[in-house]
Amino acid sequence: MEYLSIFVKGIFIENMIFAYFLGMCSYLAVSKTVKTANGLGLAVIFVLGITVPINYLLENYVLKEGALAWLNPEYANVDLSFLSFIMFIAVIASMVQLVEMIVEKFAPALYGALGIFLPLIAVNCSILGGALFMQDRQYPSIGEATVFGLGSGVGWWLAIVAIAAIREKIRYSHVPAPLRGLGITFIITGLMGIAFMSFMGIEI
Amino acid sequence: MSTDTNSAVETKRESLFSKKNRKLLKDPLDDSNPITVQVLGICSALAITVQLQQAVIMSLSVLFVMIGGNVIISLLRNMVPDRIRIIVQLVVVASLVIIVDQVLKAFQPDISEKLSVFVGLIITNCIIMGRLEAFALGNKPGPALLDAIGNAMGYAWILLVVSIVREIFGSGAISLPGMGQVKFLPTSWFISEGGFYENNNLMILPPMALITVGLIIWIQRSRNEALIEEN
Repeated sequence: MEYLSIFVKGIFIENMIFAYFLGMCSYLAVSKTVKTANGLGLAVIFVLGITVPINYLLENYVLKEGALAWLNPEYANVDLSFLSFIMFIAVIASMVQLVEMIVEKFAPALYGALGIFLPLIAVNCSILGGALFMQDRQYPSIGEATVFGLGSGVGWWLAIVAIAAIREKIRYSHVPAPLRGLGITFIITGLMGIAFMSFMGIEI
Repeated sequence: MSTDTNSAVETKRESLFSKKNRKLLKDPLDDSNPITVQVLGICSALAITVQLQQAVIMSLSVLFVMIGGNVIISLLRNMVPDRIRIIVQLVVVASLVIIVDQVLKAFQPDISEKLSVFVGLIITNCIIMGRLEAFALGNKPGPALLDAIGNAMGYAWILLVVSIVREIFGSGAISLPGMGQVKFLPTSWFISEGGFYENNNLMILPPMALITVGLIIWIQRSRNEALIEEN
């Protein structure tokens, strides 16, 4: 039940796009058609689902205060948490590279669909954001951290597919010239954010 | 308010630099603004604009990281092999961000608390990576420095405008760094004190940041028609 609650919270209530604006850059740049938006969204789910648990292990067995105690009891008051940004981003950048190579080798069809998006993801704020929120909220076990990663990924995918679908339709309507493109996308995202706020307070 | 300080910077530089260098400083303020035109660095820009104070601190942090990153990468540009440049950039930026984070934690603990993960997210702020890729990798440190200042200023003025609008309508006050919140309506006017005025709580919520930026884009593009996009 705990897992379901974290998952649903990640998708609807604490949506990466509508509540925290993470990954907005690629969200705005790659949402012109549903097909590409879907590809990028799936790649984000995939990478978040892999990097959040890895960063969780790193946080709890290397970086946190006293986390190194499993090596030697003398290290019990070593606190490496100031290194967390650089470690997280290094893990993300190398994982993305690794995932790209593995997918290319073993699932060429998936690579064809995700291929060009994977390198983009290393600098997508939602991935590092997922790791930092995981650190901030201190999930008790790796299972919960993984579910949180997947939930946030699904929320991001939902948001980008929804906005891409709206943008495809809006091409046929009369938007005031200065608002065309970027401006109207911002305003629609704001309205969708207001709609998503109605999920606030749901407890599962 | 922010544009005044920006133009002061420009006039000081004008006598010192050629027309081309002046363009590096001025373009990002309007014609190629990082947020409203290049669509870079939006993630952090929107989340921390509830109060002016946070926006100021965030802008200063981004200014510092951008200047440091652009100059360092520009100095390293002939030594870094092409294939590993992203990792090198990330490491340089991450180290600068760690410095900012530690300084904030030491001297401004409350604000550091409020900014929470968004200081760390300066690392993946597209504006920084974008300028490193697009400019610092191909230019000398001097122009790279100007480009960093210009883009950070372009980012800062949007942040300041959005946060001023949101804070005035959302909490009826403006918080200046070091002065706390300055209220400019008498307390007796508020409904809670028996008056007639109520703050618009919607402005504090995240979606209004998006709508405010949308309106800024609208105003900017109706003045500068060259920026209007094809449908």
